[in-house]
Parts: sequence; structure tokens; C-alpha cells
Amino acid sequence: MLSPAILVSAILNGLMTGAVYALVALGLTLIYGVLHIINFAHGALLTAAMFAAFFANRWLGLDPYVAAFGLAPLFFVLGYALQRLVIGPAARGDDRNILLVTLGLAVVIENALLYVFRADTRTIDLPYGFDTIAVGPAFLAVPRVIAFAAVIAVALAVGALMRWSDIGKAIRAVAKEKLGAELAGIDVAHVYAVTFGLGTACLAVAACLLIPSYYVNPGAGNAFVLIAFTIVVLGGMGSVAGALIGGLVVGVVESLSGLWLGESLGQVGIFIVFILVLLVRPRGLFGEQA
Amino acid sequence: MKAYLPIAAVVALLAAVPLVTSSNVVLNFLVVALLTALVGQGWNLLGGYGGQYSFGHAAFFGTGAYVTAVLQVRYGVNAWIAFAAGIVAGAAVGAAIGALAFRAGLRGSYFALVTLAFAEVLRILASVAPVTGAGVGTLIRLDLRWQAFQFQSRVPFYLILLALVALSLVLMPAIARSRFGAWLVAVRENEDAARALGVDATAIKIAAMTLSAAITAAGGGFYAQYYLFIDAGIAYGPWISIEALLAPIVGGAGTVLGPLLGALVVKTLGEATKLVAGDAPGLDLVIYGGVLILVVAFAPRGIAGLATDAGRWWARRGKTPAEAGHA
Repeated sequence: MLSPAILVSAILNGLMTGAVYALVALGLTLIYGVLHIINFAHGALLTAAMFAAFFANRWLGLDPYVAAFGLAPLFFVLGYALQRLVIGPAARGDDRNILLVTLGLAVVIENALLYVFRADTRTIDLPYGFDTIAVGPAFLAVPRVIAFAAVIAVALAVGALMRWSDIGKAIRAVAKEKLGAELAGIDVAHVYAVTFGLGTACLAVAACLLIPSYYVNPGAGNAFVLIAFTIVVLGGMGSVAGALIGGLVVGVVESLSGLWLGESLGQVGIFIVFILVLLVRPRGLFGEQA
Repeated sequence: MKAYLPIAAVVALLAAVPLVTSSNVVLNFLVVALLTALVGQGWNLLGGYGGQYSFGHAAFFGTGAYVTAVLQVRYGVNAWIAFAAGIVAGAAVGAAIGALAFRAGLRGSYFALVTLAFAEVLRILASVAPVTGAGVGTLIRLDLRWQAFQFQSRVPFYLILLALVALSLVLMPAIARSRFGAWLVAVRENEDAARALGVDATAIKIAAMTLSAAITAAGGGFYAQYYLFIDAGIAYGPWISIEALLAPIVGGAGTVLGPLLGALVVKTLGEATKLVAGDAPGLDLVIYGGVLILVVAFAPRGIAGLATDAGRWWARRGKTPAEAGHA
């Protein structure tokens, strides 16, 4: 049997990993909540953001945590432009078309990265990369603790933005009743693009939090995207709180099943949770009626 | 009969190719394109006619390929029987996923997501299970006899594949004119209305998915025999799912010849890219993704739709709109 110390450390580490999953899922759920569409380009955009964080460090010598403050606005603009100039016009409001366009974007981004950077795996070295701090019986890597704190801060900021700002109110109005919002004078195309930009900016922050303790290659984002889908489905499509809690739950589940089943089968465990939730309760734990 | 004339013409034209050239380059290109067409034809039945967009047809391709290969290598089953078993297994996987997804009422992006997830689960399982050769993959022993579904030259392979494609083509107008086809289109256009009229939409969709999976699994089984090697990344790779939908969408989803047309165009573009840029990894897929976006944006009914529009324009040229209305 496992000692409590190992168990506690596995759970704490799972929570740390889960926080970053939650941030990736947060971007996905924001976009789903408003546009009612699953963004299949999410993983490819995460990979692009990881490359951006990597080269910000390699070329400009920027610490990833500093780079986040520059990359988040940059990726907000990128997401805004993608929705406004590519996805919106190409899809003409048909859900099936949006699916295909985001899938096409994913293929283009991922393979353009593969073409330019080849399949090589890159990592960065930071002076504090291997530092740990002791929490009770567990030792936690410093980058992961920072990531955990940062995700909580970002989630609170996004929650506040959605609740109190004008654009947040507009986003919620469009999510609830698109036609009514339009009649009230809200520019729906702008709100769509802002939401897509916010979701993409979440990815930029997630990439900066990941890169100190993870690697990047042209397929790196894909490892996260199905997990993010699982979290979003588990937490309820469109629910910010659901994404956060779902992310932490999935992080702990993965950590524990990795402990008992081994790495690769642990991943299958997540997919099985995903498929079961989709089939049994597609609106998730916190989602509204689909 | 009229619906079958274009099919007969195209198949006859393609069948004549080996009489004109014995170039391995040409035949190899056509095999790759026809394989994409066959896989795409499977997707077209469910996605084009049925309106259910699957992002995970690799699940059926991979099952067809693995069952064909593993039955021969591990259990000594005859290659032709293994190939048939692969098709049946692919259909069974399609029926199972369809039953689970459609009974749960999953539509649109949820359906795309769940098919994608099933393909990924199968890919991971195939990369660790001992029976599939795990990470090493499965190699079919070289045995160049027709009894073993292996041939010295590419011509018999090509003709068998062409026959499979022809069969899938003939199936489409037959289905479209049947009661089943009418129900399927009704479900695509408005599922709630179809249900209200007494169509068992769930059963129709599951049946369409089963048949769709069988066609795509035939492509997987053929792949295994042609290349004699598969691993999890090839058989269940996400690019299979993408090519499966790319060919029909580019050619014209829900049309009989769309997937074949789309596969030829897409593969020609891929080869042209390789010719210009060398064998650079990723570049052909960048082009495919770009083509997918452009087609959705500017030619939502694919090349077949463009051709129809051009034909109408040709018939109408030089007439006033009023005359054209009577034409």
C-alpha cells in the first residue's frame, strides 16, 4: 500500500498540474460559452504560444513570467484578428463551417510550426527550474507553485472582468441571447472577436507558465487539448468555475492514475472519463441545459 | 440509369490508365489518391449525406488495417479473409461508437469531439497493446502470391482498389434513391422535423455510421496489404481523420463523385508542393489546411458545386434573366 506521504505529494502535484490544465480549459470554455463552438485550433494556438515564449527567452533573454505580460496582449490581438478576419467571414454563421475552419486553422498552424522548426524538442534552462519548496511531506517544484498561483489570479481576473466590466456584460449578453444583444446595440462580431482574443490570451499565459518545466515541439499543445476538452466537458461547457474545478480534478485524477497504472495508461483513464461524461451527462457538472 | 453514367465514364477512364502507362510513379500516385477517395467516400456517406461531421474516421481506418494485419501475422488467417474481417470489425466499431454517441443525443461539435476522442483512445491503446506489436508496429511477411493478397506489380493492386472505389461510388446513388437515403437526408436537413414525421433518426444515423465505417475500414485493410507495415501513428493517426473529411469537402460533400474529385485535386496539390519545396515535413499539410479554409469560405459546395454553377452560367449566357428563368 502507498504511504500517506506519497499520496499527499501526488495529490498536491496533481493540483499544480491541474491548474495549468484549467487555464487552457478556461480559454476553451470562454469561446464555447459565447460562440457555442468548439475551437479545434486551441491546441495548435497553445503550441504557437509555447514557441513564442521559448523564443522570447532564447532571443530576447526574457524570463517566461515577464514574457507573459507581453505575449498575452499579443495573442489577444492574434485571436481577435483570427475570429474577425478568418473564422467569422469564412464560416458565415454555420456551425459545421466553424468546425471545419478551426480544424483547418489547427492543421495550418501546427504544420507551419513543424515546417519551420522541424520535429525537434526544445527546452529552456532557468536558474530556478529545479528549485523545490517543502509543503508538509511533499516537495513541490517552484515553477509549478508559481503557475498554480498565477492561474488562480488569472481566473479571478477573468471572473471579475466578466462580472463587472462593460465588455464582460456585453459578452454575457451575447452568450445568453444573441439577437436581443444585437437589438440592444451590442456589436456581436466585435464581442465574438474579443471573446476569441481572451481565450487565446489565456493560452499565452498558460504557455509562459508551462515552458519553465515543460518542453515544446510542434505537437506539444495537442497533449493538452484533449485534456482541456475533457475538463470543459466535465465542468460544463461555458462555465468559468467549472473549468477551474474540472482542471484541478483532472490534474489529481491523472496524477493518481499515473501512480497506479503508469504514464501512458493514465492518459487513457482521462479519455474514458471524457467519453463517459459526454455520453452520460453532456452538459457537465456545472453546465446549463445543452 | 442516368446517375450511373458519369460513374461508369470515370471508372472506365481510370481503368484504362495501366494500358497507357506502366510507370510506377503514376500508379503509386493514383493508388494514394484512390485510397483517400475511398476513405473520403466513407466519410461522405455519414458527413455529406447524413450531416454528421466525424473528426475521427481514423478509428475505422485503423481498425480495418490492424485487424487485416494482426489476423494474418499472429493467427495465420488467409489475407483475403483477414481483409473481410477488417471491414466487419471497422463496421462494428462504427456501430458501437454511433450507438453510444447518437443514443446520448450528441450532435454537431459534441459528435465531432467524441469521434476524435475515440480515435485517440484507440491510437493510445494500439501503441501499448502487445497484440498490435505496440510501439514497434506490425509487419506483414512478404509473400508475393495472389492468395496472400500481394502482387509483383502495382497494377492488380490498383485495379482492386479501383473496384472498391467503384463499388462505393455505385452505392451512393443507390442509397440516395432508397427510402433509407431519403430518411438520412431528412435527418440532415432537420432532425426534429424528421422525428416528428416518424423517422427513427437514431437508428438511421447508426446505420449510416456503420456503413460509413465499413467503407473507410476497407481503405485501412487495403493500406495494410499495399504497404505491408502499420503502426499506431499510421493507422490511427489524426491526419487520416483530416484527409477523410478533406477529400469530400473539397470535392463537394453529399455528391457522388465529390470525394474522388477532391482526393485527386488534394493529392495533386500535395505532389506539386513536394516538387516545388522538396520533401519538407508539414508543408503539404499546411496547403491542405489552407485549401480546407478557402473551400469552406468561397466554395461551400466544393468543386462539384462550382462546376454546377459554371454549367448554369454557361446555359444562361447571353440571355436576359427572364429568359434564363424559363430555360
